[in-house]
Amino acid sequence: MLRRAGQSLHHFLLGRKSSAGYSSYSSEAKMSRPVQARRLEGTDKNIWVEFVKLAATYSKVNLGQGFPDFPPPDFLKEAFVRALSGENHMLHQYTRAFGHPPLVNILAQFFGKLLGRDLDPMTNVMVTVGAYQALFCCFQAFIEEGDEVIIIEPFFDCYEPMTKMAGGTPVFVPLRPKAPKDGKLMSSADWQLDPAELASKFSERTKAIVLNSPNNPLGKVFSRGELELIADLCVKHDVLCISDEVYEWLVYDGKEHIRIASLQGMWDRTVIIGSAGKTFSATGWKVGWTVGPNRLLQHLRNVHQNSVYHCATIAQEAVAQGFQRELELYGKADSYFVQLPKELQQKRDWLVQSLDAVGMKPIVPEGTYFLVADISKFKSDVPDVPDSDEPYDSRFAKWMVKNKGLAAIPLSAFYSGAHKNNYNHFIRFCFAKEEATLKAANDILQKWKREKTSP
Amino acid sequence: MAFRHKNTRRIEGLDSNVWVEFTKVAADPSIVNLGQGLPDISPPSYVKEELAKAAAVDRLNQYTRGFGHPSLVKALSQVYERVCGRKIDPLTDILVTVGAYGSLFSTIQALIEEGDEVIIIEPFYDCYEPMVKMAGAKPVFIPLRYKNDGNSTSSADWVLDPAELANKFNSKTKAIILNTPNNPIGKVFTREELQVIADLCIKHDTLCISDEVYEWMVYKGNKHIKIATLPGMWERTITIGSAGKTYSVTGWKLGWSIGPQNLIKHLQVVHQNTLYTCPTPLQEALAQAFWIDYKRMDDPDCYFYSLSRELESKRDRMAQLLQEAGLKPVIPDGGYFMIVDVSTLNVDLSDVDEKQPYDYKFVKWMIKSKKLSAIPLSAFCGPETKRQFEKYIRFCFIKFGCASKSDLPKSSRFHFSRGLQSW
Repeated sequence: MLRRAGQSLHHFLLGRKSSAGYSSYSSEAKMSRPVQARRLEGTDKNIWVEFVKLAATYSKVNLGQGFPDFPPPDFLKEAFVRALSGENHMLHQYTRAFGHPPLVNILAQFFGKLLGRDLDPMTNVMVTVGAYQALFCCFQAFIEEGDEVIIIEPFFDCYEPMTKMAGGTPVFVPLRPKAPKDGKLMSSADWQLDPAELASKFSERTKAIVLNSPNNPLGKVFSRGELELIADLCVKHDVLCISDEVYEWLVYDGKEHIRIASLQGMWDRTVIIGSAGKTFSATGWKVGWTVGPNRLLQHLRNVHQNSVYHCATIAQEAVAQGFQRELELYGKADSYFVQLPKELQQKRDWLVQSLDAVGMKPIVPEGTYFLVADISKFKSDVPDVPDSDEPYDSRFAKWMVKNKGLAAIPLSAFYSGAHKNNYNHFIRFCFAKEEATLKAANDILQKWKREKTSP
Repeated sequence: MAFRHKNTRRIEGLDSNVWVEFTKVAADPSIVNLGQGLPDISPPSYVKEELAKAAAVDRLNQYTRGFGHPSLVKALSQVYERVCGRKIDPLTDILVTVGAYGSLFSTIQALIEEGDEVIIIEPFYDCYEPMVKMAGAKPVFIPLRYKNDGNSTSSADWVLDPAELANKFNSKTKAIILNTPNNPIGKVFTREELQVIADLCIKHDTLCISDEVYEWMVYKGNKHIKIATLPGMWERTITIGSAGKTYSVTGWKLGWSIGPQNLIKHLQVVHQNTLYTCPTPLQEALAQAFWIDYKRMDDPDCYFYSLSRELESKRDRMAQLLQEAGLKPVIPDGGYFMIVDVSTLNVDLSDVDEKQPYDYKFVKWMIKSKKLSAIPLSAFCGPETKRQFEKYIRFCFIKFGCASKSDLPKSSRFHFSRGLQSW
């Protein structure tokens, strides 16, 4: 009671007012309390709001936010048009809340095949509004005050605020870069967890670990050995694994995406998250899914039915047809899941060359459509400001978009507050772009290099 | 294997709901489903055309602005500026969400927490209660009561007792949820009734969450009034709308919250931490549809009004069939639901599951023996008032027409009237 009054006083002194104004009848408690719920504390800052606006205002070439500037494949667009204009106008109405039957059926089939399991479409699969909402359901279903969640840095930025909004405590563990072999470019594989350090993060309060492989922003594809390390700790400490695998198909150089749920002891404690947006280059459709054991998914269904309830029908119908096609073409040259990574690998290599040629040191990603580059050699243009609150890379990225028209995202955006300055001389580029876009980026970089007056 | 991964406290007990029970039962195609509220009429053709056009534009298949696609929030601000008679900033006063459901969730998560009380008027759209509980707050119920002695024939007969309502407000009351037109009764709150609520909100510094998804479905003699337009209310009200209900596209799952910046900004924070952005092509198509109807808001052909006229004749037809079968429907002033007192039929329900309220048993019996489904009204009330509402069931009449005479034998209207005749 006293603590709450103290907190109210604190907010009052900060000048935060109740939105609706004061009334002589209101109690003191409501007057001095902010109007918003405490669960929002520390979750309001969002890097995208700022950087998306900057890109929209200044960028001539946008390699910032992660979405393709090429269209989804024709077969998918055609499926969408068929669904919206077909005889069955009921596709414009509510479908099954936990997932449109044709979609959950094909997902169960597809992922059952990949996992070597019999999956029940009704209980082992749930459709969500993008992978983002799948993540939200996981945190709300399983994390509350007193729980710790291990997050591997650098991380897709929403994991932290979602943990906090659920009342949990994020516990960070970094991937640490090892120097590459002489003369070679660094690879995302060179960023690794220290096993002892990771083990030290697990405690009896640890409820879950969030795994993102392939990893955004680095592009790291966790190896079997690395996954086994994580799995062993999950089993030992009875911890859940929230496995964000949205980039599962974007894997290069013949590497394999391994699903941690297929490792010993992991199926029962893992929620796998996927995304039609990333799988089919249609991020604006916001169709995602979760796959896992019923005893975990039942609680995701609970959150889902009390938050959004239904997902839009038409896109689900189209994605179902997309998967049907991919199931038939699985492993064949015509499969979109074979063609897309092939095309993206070329683009990756192109961008790597571009950046290397001008002195930005790229970390070659094993997967995803992101690439992180070291910009320390470009410091002459954007000098360090001592005692600045803002991490160097953030200032650099803002300067770059305003002065060079090239948008990218600072790597510090993917670190917790306390660690933002640990790796503050890297920026992230998205290369899921048309050749013309990548060429234009190259032109900007080349021109920039020529204009640099000092090395 | 030790497994301590049970669910969090916030969702404890929130897993069952009436829909899970009844949509499964009614999924049998031989059953005429007049329960769940979704149209079986087609959306207007220009709405579908706009979606096809949007999907053909490459960048409209990728992420758009998180808080709402720019052309959509612009269109919404124009339409609602006209309706409300005040300036609405599309970027700060509007949030686009996954259905009105998503708006309710964002509003409650943003503004409600443990220690708060939230007043809910019964009967209520069933999600209000679990959402308030999930936010850790306490729902406080107050029933609509019919003022005539026993014989309610109109939704207008169901009213709040002002003294009873005033008693529900205290220093912990963070918000009241208003739903007008009301689901399930179809009541359209009058200006005087809204003023009573507004006065209490102002007196107790309480927020108002106004669910107005049926705002365009208001029948002759009635007017939909936005409580946010009453003096002192804009600054404390979140008004929620729905594309699904406005354009008969429930499967698009787009809704919106409109309110003052200093409240909407907190809903935006919830949104950026829950699903971030809504689907792009659907938002673009909706924006274009809104422009089409915005331009003809003075014209009776505007879809907002023509849909209402279409529904009014379906309402009247359903009421007539019910009356001819000896039942007493409560004629709704708005919305597309109608409640009926079925206790007068004195049906023998002794062999249906005893532990459930009367209306649950009745609907199950009706599904089995009459191949007709509806929703029991006690699903829409709190624990204390189940006795008061359990003699009513709710029918949906937006699915109550047929395109042509040849469609008639397959139509729900036909089967409904046949089902009633055998009573």
